[in-house]
Amino acid sequence: MSAELTEPTRVGRLNNLANWNVAIIAITVLVLIIAAASVDSFGTGQNFGFLVLDLLPIALVALPMTMVIVTGEIDLSVASTLGLSSAFMGYLWNANQPIETIIPLCLLLGAVLGAVNGFFVTVLGLPSLAVTIGTLALYRGLAFVVLGDGAVADFPSVYTDWVTGTIGSTPIPNVLIVIVVLAAIFGVILHATPIGRAVFAVGAGEQAARFAGIRPGRLKFWLYVASGVISGLAGVLWTLRYSSARADNGAGLELAVVAAVLLGGVSIFGGKGALPGVIAGVVLLGSLQNALRLSDVSNEALNVVTGVLLIASVLGPNLANRLRRT
Amino acid sequence: MTAVELTAPKRSSLDFVLRARELGIIIALALLVAVTVISNPRFLSGQSVRDILLNTAILAVLAVGQAVVVITRNIDLSVGSVLGLSAFTVGTLLQNNPGLPVVLALLIGAAVGGVCGVLNGVLVRYGKVPALVVTLGTLYVVRGVTYFWAGGSQINADELPPGFLSFGNASLLGVPMLVLIALVALVVTAVVLRNYRVGRELYAMGSSPQAAQLAGIPTGRRTVGAFLVSGALAGVAGVLFAARFGTIDAAAGTGMELNVVAAVVVGGVAVFGGSGTVWGAALGALLLTTIGSALAVLEINQFWQQAIVGGLILLAIGADRLVAVRVAAGLKKRGSHVG
Repeated sequence: MSAELTEPTRVGRLNNLANWNVAIIAITVLVLIIAAASVDSFGTGQNFGFLVLDLLPIALVALPMTMVIVTGEIDLSVASTLGLSSAFMGYLWNANQPIETIIPLCLLLGAVLGAVNGFFVTVLGLPSLAVTIGTLALYRGLAFVVLGDGAVADFPSVYTDWVTGTIGSTPIPNVLIVIVVLAAIFGVILHATPIGRAVFAVGAGEQAARFAGIRPGRLKFWLYVASGVISGLAGVLWTLRYSSARADNGAGLELAVVAAVLLGGVSIFGGKGALPGVIAGVVLLGSLQNALRLSDVSNEALNVVTGVLLIASVLGPNLANRLRRT
Repeated sequence: MTAVELTAPKRSSLDFVLRARELGIIIALALLVAVTVISNPRFLSGQSVRDILLNTAILAVLAVGQAVVVITRNIDLSVGSVLGLSAFTVGTLLQNNPGLPVVLALLIGAAVGGVCGVLNGVLVRYGKVPALVVTLGTLYVVRGVTYFWAGGSQINADELPPGFLSFGNASLLGVPMLVLIALVALVVTAVVLRNYRVGRELYAMGSSPQAAQLAGIPTGRRTVGAFLVSGALAGVAGVLFAARFGTIDAAAGTGMELNVVAAVVVGGVAVFGGSGTVWGAALGALLLTTIGSALAVLEINQFWQQAIVGGLILLAIGADRLVAVRVAAGLKKRGSHVG
């Protein structure tokens, strides 16, 4: 830690970050090529559709998560927000509400849940790790309170077909549009606007950011709201994809999202990271799992790959740094 | 004269705060039990209390280990997976060697967990990877290894030696063996943390890692040691799990890390390290387990349990924050008075 504090002036650190971004994108491309060449059905259009649908929730939630982690905080409640949004959707559908009202309400619910996190973290000043572990349990519990352990299934086929469908006769799934548009918005905000500069500034040093005229509390509050809205949206899309609203939808997804973001080169201490790397991290994680699954490696054994990648993503650059220094 | 005046009140107010923190959990626990007993007196019957204590034992052993790690300003999210690996290892060994003594089973479980803990500690300390990342990674890796090994197989109670299963139900002087083991782990850890140099060094590291290093504390060894304790206790908890439930598959203990962290946080161990006791963590485990049982007795929908646990975590850290602000204000006032 102390060594890191004295060293950011070195140009080497910046290079390292760029290196890691290039490295993770290169690794991702390499994995995609190897998978397409060695796994029979990996390169097919149909599998591409499944791959994108599998990636969808992680890819969406990773966008605001990147910003939250760059400010030095964390949001572990995202998967529970997704689950509560899904349960709420099922509940409203059972109450005969039209789907056109339900979807905005689910996004609004996400915003409220995010605002609760933001309130505890920024207004009360509590550690975000503890707060969002608390709301992880709270929101998931409320999801079960709202919907019980049953499922609601009969959503209108216009919507479910759109989510699972493709653009015209191409193999490109419709939901890819959602991912691309949102990734572009978040990418521009993070890397090309004053808001994005403020996010990095707060992560690098909150006190200094405050002296520079940034209000860290307000910024973080709205980032949590954004995280909630996107998680709510992910809950809606998850529900429509499987045409099943359940309280346990997306359970455990928070760890995969955090893994993908860290794999993408974002520092857990805040202040460092870039969105292209994160997207590569999401694709790497998703395609690796997809390819291994097609090769009949059991789902659970895939955990080993996720875990090793996660540790390696931080350990690798650290070791490389140390070797270079000596 | 002045020296006495200065030290005496400081000590007592600090003591009071610490005691008040655990007092809060005890009062909450007492209220919960009182309300539940009024609605159903059988809640305090022998069997019901026994079940609560047995379930608490496993969670408390994990919480004690977790508290040691959290006090050093780290976190160990891999404990649920380590519990699963240890339970499956010991279960398989017992299946093949029915004569294996229980003590040896406990030691093997602790060793399996200890190895995982040392791996965590080394990666955190010498790999300079944050504990959250390392243990999130090993959460996946250890669980994956268990699945690789176990596949879909399951060890059933009738495949385990009767001697081992009876250990799960045995009592000594009316106290279940599992509870006794948890108490031993709790008391030993509490005494070491409170009265021994090693224990105080862990608190020092949590309060300020840099200051601890400057003060000559071997922070590397201590960090690895804290993770070793957490891992070994998670391993022991795995053996207790096997003895209590008899049925073990690769999913044993999945998701338990969140309950453990919840127990520790509710018990007043600050997530930023340097404060809290294992007593608090164990009380937190007892409170969470009691809530689960009380809901069933009160005929409140079980689905509320998780939501209540979440609310309780928020309440606990909110209350801690309030106390910390009060204490800080008090210290500042006293400081300015003396100055």
